[in-house]
Amino acid sequence: MKDAKPQTGKGGLNAEIQSRIGHQLRAMYDDVVRQGVPDRFAELIRKLDAAEPTTSQINETGDFSAKNDGRD
Amino acid sequence: MPLTDQLRDDILASVPNLRAFAISLSGSGDRADDLVQETLVRALANIDSFQPGSNLPAWLFTILRNLFRSDYRKRRREVEDADGSYAKTLKSQPGQNAHLEFEEFRAALDKLPQDQREALILVGASGFSYEDAAAICGCAVGTIKSRVNRARTKLGALLYVEGAEDFGPDDTVRAVIGSGR
Repeated sequence: MKDAKPQTGKGGLNAEIQSRIGHQLRAMYDDVVRQGVPDRFAELIRKLDAAEPTTSQINETGDFSAKNDGRD
Repeated sequence: MPLTDQLRDDILASVPNLRAFAISLSGSGDRADDLVQETLVRALANIDSFQPGSNLPAWLFTILRNLFRSDYRKRRREVEDADGSYAKTLKSQPGQNAHLEFEEFRAALDKLPQDQREALILVGASGFSYEDAAAICGCAVGTIKSRVNRARTKLGALLYVEGAEDFGPDDTVRAVIGSGR
């Protein structure tokens, strides 16, 4: 990987480096995606589903449109 | 909306992506799976607040991301993947060179500020639009774009610019281990 080190200008990023980074990032990510759904999660959802969750504690983190934690 | 069979199946189908996101964020396979588990518990407990027809993966990612950040604040990082627990989650054992390359990339990714890392993962790996990533992170679209750009620039500098990449395993240590039998 380090055999070729394309030059970048100050703050610049050439297209080849950018494409390598994208490729490595996706390779890392997709490797996990390809593992599929581990049994523990299928089992968990079955259990939670059977337990029929109550609807009383809505909105702690569940509302997509709600504010985030405001730390940005 | 209530939890229909369809919705339950869709949530389950999101699990591989949630795991990949969690592992990419946290660098630790065990911790990532705990995050995913907590995300699913919260999602099902709050399923009534999910708007039918809206973006389910984005909703789930938002929950996971917020959980990760509150957890992260509580206990900064312990030793980052010191035992290679991330690598252990990989199904296929990569070859030696590929493995080193992977470790380097992982180490560089961990060096990014958290805001930049999550933006880069959401857009560059999870495949969310800038708009969805902005909604997930609770910030403006322009902010996401600039974080992604800064993340790419920094990774490029860490990995591919002469003299900036010396953060891998120490060569001296490796030599000592290799000859010290």
